[in-house]
Amino acid sequence: MALVEIREVDKSFKREAQTVDVYHGLTIDFEQGSYTALMGPSGSGKSTLLNLVAGLDKPTRGTVRVNGAEVSAMTASQLADWRARTIGFVFQSYNLLPVLTARQNVELPLLLTNLRKAERAERTAIALDVVGLADRMDHFPRQLSGGQEQRVAIARAIVADPVLILLDEPTGQLDAKSSEEVLDLMRRLNEEFHKTIMMVTHDARAAAQARRVLHLEKGVLLEREEAVVS
Amino acid sequence: MKFLPLVLANLKRHMLRTALTICSVALALFLFASLRTVSTTLASGSEVSSASRMITQNATAFVIPLPQSYATRLGSIPHVQAVTWANWFGGKYGDGKKFFAQFAVEPESYLKMYPEFQIPEDQKQAFLKERSAAIVGEGLVRAFGWKVGDNVTMQGTIFPGDWTFTIRGIYHPSQKEYGDDSFMFHYDYLYERERDRVTPGWFILKIDDPNAAPLVAKTIDDEFRNSSAPTKTGTEKAFAAGFASMWGNVNLLMSTIGMAVVFAILLVTANAMMMNQRERTSEVAVMKTVGFSDARVFGLIIVEAALISMTGAALGLGGAILLPIVTGFGTGGFLPGFHVTPGTALVGGSIALLLTVASGIVPAWQAAKLPVVQALRRVE
Ligand SMILES: Nc1ncnc2c1ncn2[C@@H]1O[C@H](COP(=O)(O)OP(=O)(O)OP(=O)(O)O)[C@@H](O)[C@H]1O
Ligand SMILES: [Mg+2]
Repeated sequence: MALVEIREVDKSFKREAQTVDVYHGLTIDFEQGSYTALMGPSGSGKSTLLNLVAGLDKPTRGTVRVNGAEVSAMTASQLADWRARTIGFVFQSYNLLPVLTARQNVELPLLLTNLRKAERAERTAIALDVVGLADRMDHFPRQLSGGQEQRVAIARAIVADPVLILLDEPTGQLDAKSSEEVLDLMRRLNEEFHKTIMMVTHDARAAAQARRVLHLEKGVLLEREEAVVS
Repeated sequence: MKFLPLVLANLKRHMLRTALTICSVALALFLFASLRTVSTTLASGSEVSSASRMITQNATAFVIPLPQSYATRLGSIPHVQAVTWANWFGGKYGDGKKFFAQFAVEPESYLKMYPEFQIPEDQKQAFLKERSAAIVGEGLVRAFGWKVGDNVTMQGTIFPGDWTFTIRGIYHPSQKEYGDDSFMFHYDYLYERERDRVTPGWFILKIDDPNAAPLVAKTIDDEFRNSSAPTKTGTEKAFAAGFASMWGNVNLLMSTIGMAVVFAILLVTANAMMMNQRERTSEVAVMKTVGFSDARVFGLIIVEAALISMTGAALGLGGAILLPIVTGFGTGGFLPGFHVTPGTALVGGSIALLLTVASGIVPAWQAAKLPVVQALRRVE
């Protein structure tokens, strides 16, 4: 059984009178420990796919299963709880709460667990250490560079030890060097920590890091396995 | 409460805005509590007064005295059991900053008339024996550090010159509302020096049946109608209420202003809270993505609203409670003790609670219902 199973999913959005069909009968699996890059033109439904997997949005038809649980059938409060334990999400920008320090931002998902204060502090420190920001713990987001902010967001995405990490254009606003750092980090998380990763990207170099590249176009997924190797 | 740092961080985001909001809540509740205290104090004045005591004063004006000879004539009116009298002294003590009432009283009958002033028996005897003796309320003792045996010199304003009294007793009011800041001394002490200039300011009568009060009042006022000093007689309650009416329709005014102010502040606070929330749409979306449930988001925003209104309320109500204590502000024996009643504090607390709900519920609801996907699309 694959970690993520998408079966016969239709997704359409109603905007005023008209309906936008994003996919029709989408079926695909993502294996445990895989690292997938999702590419495709703007508006092709990449973000929507991540949202469906994270339970942030519901399919119009069909089922989405993650780790054996049927995401598409859960209630809002079940979803919140499940998401806290299962998913780490990183967006292109606006990931961090500006009023919290790096440490507090990373600790956020742990507040939803039963961990005691000392354990939360320890896990937070480890996560920040993994992303190489142990010395920036008490900085606020505005005191960090874009790349550092993104690494804090990644630390937050892994701190609760989720099985699945979803990234929506994580390097979209970063310069080449910062992108490199973030991508190296993702590869480490996949290789060393065996995290399953789904990453939406427009960046060919980012896609090159992944072990599987999917192209989404007009609601159809095209596989391009190990296509580009640097 | 592990979420507290998150709530506090959000409050600190706009320090000035938060501080101003708290200040306006504090001000609203301070005004509310103070205004309401004025009306409860006035009301308690007529509530605590005894139904079996009546006051006879000059019909022309309260400040014009009555002839001494009225004492005996009042005593012979049916239903009247006892008669005493008092006079307003109007002295200035020290720098005169703290105002308190001084009454020249007919000692023995006055203390019998007012059992509410509790004095140890030996002090009472010492007071009665000595012409220049005085008894004072515990409140004055606290304010001036007096003790039994002290000589106190005051400057007369109505009766000129220095007046020295010896404190022989300290009274404790059996009910707070009777006030503990009056100063009472022998009428004779005033009389022996001022002779022609002094006659009783008002008479206090004890009647055997409260229901007879209207009859007694009519009999007395009829009796003196055609004399040189016509009288106006009423129950003690009416007398205290008369003070209240000097302020105009205080109660209505106070509560109208109070409510208008509180309502205005409520709108300001609610608006500030909603502004805060609008700025935070994307942050709420991020929190939900991390796994915060709708209910939790709702709760956090309500707690934030509660912290603002409760802090404001604590400051405002605390200020109103402390004000009369710290400044020693009182009505100086004219009216019973000026203090915030538990009822006022309770209503103030309820207003703060209402404010929490009113200012927090809309933003909290909006944040809880915020669809994450839509919110994220808006920012990216
Ligand atoms: N909440 C929504 N309401 C209405 N239409 C939506 C909504 N979300 C997505 N869509 C539409 O669905 C389609 C897919 O959107 P999606 O955001 O998934 O695209 P994308 O591949 O992530 O694009 P981009 O590369 O620009 O981020 C688009 O046509 C978009 O306009
Ligand atoms: Mg997108």
